[in-house]
Amino acid sequence: MRRIISVLMENEPGALSRVVGLFSQRGYNIETLTVAPTEDETLSRLTVTTVGDDHKIEQITKNLNKLIDVVKLVDLSEGQHIERELMLIKVKASGAQRAEIKRCVDIFRAQVIDVTSTVYTIQVAGTSDKLDAFVQAVGDAAILEVVRSGVSGISRGEKVLSI
Amino acid sequence: MLSGGDMLIRSLQEEGVDVVFGYPGGAALHIYDAIFRQDKVKHILVRHEQSATHAADGYARASGKVGTVLVTSGPGATNAITGIATAYMDSIPMVVISGQVPAEKIGEDAFQETDMVGVSRPIVKHSFLVQNASEIPEIIKKAYHIASTGRPGPVVVDVPKNTVNPAETFPFEYPKKLKMRSYTPATKGHSGQIKKAVSMLMQAKRPMIYAGGGVVLGEASDLLTELSQKLNFPVTNTLMGLGAYPGNDKQFVGMLGMHGTFEANTAMHHSDLILAVGARFDDRVTNTTSKFCPNAKIIHIDIDPASISKTITADVPIVGAVDSVLKDMLELVKESKETPDETALADWWKQINEWRERHGIYTQPRYNTEGDKIMPQDVIKTLYEVTNGDAIVTSDVGQHQMFAAQYYLFKSPRQWINSGGLGTMGFGLPAAMGAAFAVRDKDVVCVTGEGSIQMCIQELSTLTQYGIPVKIVCLNNQALGMVKQWQDMVYDSRYSEIHYEDSLPDFTKLMEAYGHVGIDVHKKEELREKLEEGFAMKDRVVFMNVYVDPSEHVYPMLVAPEGSMRDMWLSKTERT
Ligand SMILES: Cc1ncc(C[n+]2csc(CCOP(=O)(O)OP(=O)(O)O)c2C)c(N)n1
Ligand SMILES: [Mg+2]
Repeated sequence: MRRIISVLMENEPGALSRVVGLFSQRGYNIETLTVAPTEDETLSRLTVTTVGDDHKIEQITKNLNKLIDVVKLVDLSEGQHIERELMLIKVKASGAQRAEIKRCVDIFRAQVIDVTSTVYTIQVAGTSDKLDAFVQAVGDAAILEVVRSGVSGISRGEKVLSI
Repeated sequence: MLSGGDMLIRSLQEEGVDVVFGYPGGAALHIYDAIFRQDKVKHILVRHEQSATHAADGYARASGKVGTVLVTSGPGATNAITGIATAYMDSIPMVVISGQVPAEKIGEDAFQETDMVGVSRPIVKHSFLVQNASEIPEIIKKAYHIASTGRPGPVVVDVPKNTVNPAETFPFEYPKKLKMRSYTPATKGHSGQIKKAVSMLMQAKRPMIYAGGGVVLGEASDLLTELSQKLNFPVTNTLMGLGAYPGNDKQFVGMLGMHGTFEANTAMHHSDLILAVGARFDDRVTNTTSKFCPNAKIIHIDIDPASISKTITADVPIVGAVDSVLKDMLELVKESKETPDETALADWWKQINEWRERHGIYTQPRYNTEGDKIMPQDVIKTLYEVTNGDAIVTSDVGQHQMFAAQYYLFKSPRQWINSGGLGTMGFGLPAAMGAAFAVRDKDVVCVTGEGSIQMCIQELSTLTQYGIPVKIVCLNNQALGMVKQWQDMVYDSRYSEIHYEDSLPDFTKLMEAYGHVGIDVHKKEELREKLEEGFAMKDRVVFMNVYVDPSEHVYPMLVAPEGSMRDMWLSKTERT
């Protein structure tokens, strides 16, 4: 099962490499990984998506918690949550294709953020599934370049991950 | 006002460090100058950085204190890696300070630059790269705190040369308290879980107490012993846990696992309740996990939540310091209206004693006592007697290690020092050296093989320099015996690269060259007398080179792959 684990950790040199190292060292897989400082600049927030059964996920969270730099973490997939990923995608857009692509952009509530006579650069935000669907809708033939941010997530409602 | 180097050494003094094992070099020169200008922290100059880590490790295991290592950058740091990994696998508290090239050169492939924090990352509990000299006291404080609390482990502090520059000085104040919001090791166990566990103990019909190295590290041997005796339950120790329960007590059924006793392994397999204390269900214990103790419910006490339900799912997990949890448990057991099921226990003990009689290694010799060759088992038994069972025994890795674990009945914790998790040949001699610095009033003996001893043999010179009278008992079987055993059992005795032809040194002459004493033992009749002669030389290093039967195997041995804990080879021809 796919899980989204959100980690608050010390914003220290080496902290990220310890997290990444843990995954490779113990044979856990990383599907996406994002990290950036929070409003409190001593803390970073890291989101990792991974797949595994309950036993594996339990081991992952326990071992992450053991890292000295990790302050707190939550498996967002255990509760109601919101996930978002950002994609920047450059597609061929000339002739009849141009209108077709624009329609796709509207359907997915994406935005064209840069234009040339032959190329659209589009920004799409949403769940990873939605981004996958957009890529499919546009079709391989049209795609020139895809950049995805990896998943960020947050719990719904009152629940917060903070110290 | 102190320089970074002086602050570093002052911080070690503040931590109560009395001895550092190390080796100097370019990036560590400022630090070594600071060592020169004081006399509180004694520095022991080893002959190889690997030995510095093993010596600090042996010191830590014998004393319960944190071992300290100081090495230079590059090759000094990489030479320390094997010893750091050894300590990591066995959860030994250690601080390794490594010199590093100046910060402005980091990343430029400078002379003797190695990314020590990167190289050591998977084998440390934590590591620090000093950025500014002013952080040194706090980093050292944190390093010792992290190394010694919770589940202990090695911590690396990498010190760029510019941060210990004698030209820059700072006000020194050693922090009294630490604030670490991200590090709060478990202490007390969950009372509800402990209650549940106790009521299970009272109902058990075929219980086993399975205690590991965590009991030694957690200073909980007395509590474990009291609880076990109060309950009258059989106790088995892991290779790391030997001594946690007295090896000569009747409730002790021996070590379990790969080369555990028949009675310990069989009893585990048939038990209905396992109380695991500070043990981690290592693959050398469980054998095939899907076949592990099919009828047992499992209570697992450990300070490290990640050790619980890692390979074997616990029915009652209890995260906490073993001493605190055992104390709470013992109180509940004493207060409880329920008592252990005496009739069931009587039957269980009857069964276990029958197993002991049938194939136990302590009830009768399970090896050939007729021939004229010296049997390795007899060497350990004799060693036990000659030292009154009181010596601190370190070992290397191989058959000799297993014979020592099986036949030296360790009475107390911290008496048995071996590389259980990593299985590092070369560990024994430097570990004995470190242990001898921690414990002055006991014999320290390294049980080794003619293969292993040659991996850190250069430390004989360090022993000369500091006058450390450790004893070495070499079970010389003229081969890499443990590998040979596997080649006998699995590869039709195709002996691939396990013999030295005629290249072994004359150990006695070698000892003499270092200023020590060597004793060769060839004959069975002279074994005791020669060991006594060796141990009588209290202030000398004595190497007792005992020629043992080269064809002997270690038994019992779990049948793998696919075997359960009751599936064992009992000799070259008998199987359960
Ligand atoms: C550094 C290292 N290299 C290789 C091994 C694999 N190994 C395990 S036991 C053994 C043989 C040890 O021979 P010896 O020290 O003579 O002990 P014996 O088994 O003969 O008692 C070897 C090579 C190891 N454990 N450690
Ligand atoms: Mg040998």
